[in-house]
Amino acid sequence: MNETLNLFIGLAMGLNLLALGSSRLPSLIQAMSLQGMLLGLMPLIMEHEHLDWRLGLIALATIAGKGVVIPTLLRRAMRAANIDREIEPFIGFVPSLLLGAAGTIAAVALSQALPLLPEHAGLLLVPGAIASVLTGFVLLIGRAEAISQVCGYLILENGIYLFGLLLIHSTPLVVEFGILLDVTVGVFVIGIIVDRIQRAFDSLDTRKLTALRE
Amino acid sequence: MMLILDLILRLALWLLLAPLLPGLINRVKAWVAGRRGPPVLQLYYDLARLWRKGVVMSTLASPGFVAGPAVAWVALTGAALLMPLGPAGAAFSFRGDVLMLIYLLALARFCTAWAAMETGSAFEGMGAAREVSYAVLAEAAIITAVLSLSVQTGSVSLVTMLAPSAGAGAVLLAAGLFTVLLAENCRVPFDDPNTHLELTMIHEVMVLDHSGPPFAVILHGASMKLLLFAVLLVQAVLPMGDLSPLAATGALAGGVLAVTVGVGLIESLMARLAFRRVPLLLTTAFLLCLFALLVAWKGNRV
Repeated sequence: MNETLNLFIGLAMGLNLLALGSSRLPSLIQAMSLQGMLLGLMPLIMEHEHLDWRLGLIALATIAGKGVVIPTLLRRAMRAANIDREIEPFIGFVPSLLLGAAGTIAAVALSQALPLLPEHAGLLLVPGAIASVLTGFVLLIGRAEAISQVCGYLILENGIYLFGLLLIHSTPLVVEFGILLDVTVGVFVIGIIVDRIQRAFDSLDTRKLTALRE
Repeated sequence: MMLILDLILRLALWLLLAPLLPGLINRVKAWVAGRRGPPVLQLYYDLARLWRKGVVMSTLASPGFVAGPAVAWVALTGAALLMPLGPAGAAFSFRGDVLMLIYLLALARFCTAWAAMETGSAFEGMGAAREVSYAVLAEAAIITAVLSLSVQTGSVSLVTMLAPSAGAGAVLLAAGLFTVLLAENCRVPFDDPNTHLELTMIHEVMVLDHSGPPFAVILHGASMKLLLFAVLLVQAVLPMGDLSPLAATGALAGGVLAVTVGVGLIESLMARLAFRRVPLLLTTAFLLCLFALLVAWKGNRV
């Protein structure tokens, strides 16, 4: 069980780096949605001994929300804005990839120093969470395109979700659904905002938002 | 006596089999595109034709123009003799021969670049500059890959390093080494071996002014380098030492064939990468090898 879970978290960490290195928006969204689906499968792997319908519902909702609904909304916003290429970012692709890799290594090293519960010690959950949060920050800070920043925010949220899996026994179901609903609505709203930015500025470059206009 | 016979057989195997690989790649490309394509043995014909031709020498060029390709070819042959071949082992094996291998490859690259600049053409200087600037990144990746193998097996000799499989990080290592193979041998997506557009070539540009036997030597050396990397990749990933000699030989041959077909498929399905995106892909290869190193290191300590 631990090996499968670690493999999944390792794949999610690899998808982080893929998201940092991709210069095209569709591949960035693809990486993010794949990561969401992997994350949705994880509760099932962790609790495969006593599965019940509520757990199945969480997994299904997460996979549908993070893997299908949110990416579809983002793709629609991207098509409406008529872009598929990232504008040259503040932090270039190679430096952000190196930052992400350094962050991943640092997360693995850091989590060994943390006082974890014995049943979590052999898992990659904590390093995966920290690495995803760092990746999200790098994307949020380093990208100039509004949709890439949204992807950064979603990967950040994926990191927090990974961390939340440590508390899978003690978090009520309502909280999980609430977070998922919030994120989906957030992305829905952002899709509308992206459309407004595109109409007002003819570009999704957030640098232009700092200039005042009549 | 047996030693000499073994050496001759080994040399013959490397020298005669190497030109087969580019032919196979071209055949795969032709098959995917629905063409008939050149014969598999095309490079042999080309080499024979070039060998009979005369040499055109620039009046500016020093003897280095001919010496460069010769030294590069000898260095690559030496590297080939260091590389173990499945159950047969290597012709020469000593502690730290893996460093020798890396330096021989670097020497071959230096000599090709040197010979390219001998003509004094700015165009070839540009090609040489591109080749060596990519090589800096590719070399970082291959050194990391070798380090991860050496940490995994606790040895610095190629024969013992390549015998077991690369363990848990094998997938990462394979992806990293395959990318390095494509970069080092100037295949798509780093360079298009068929193009003759001045702004996009890398390797082709360096050898543009060579003709006759020196050019044949360069082409043969390039094909040998491709075989060398394919053999390295297959042996790093597959657990050669655990198989019976016959199975190991079959696995090696099949693996090299699979790598060749893979290169051909990538070449048919992918376009050349935009020039400024190449460092990104090479950095990715370096990171893949780095994570393989981490996996090997962590796996050994647990």
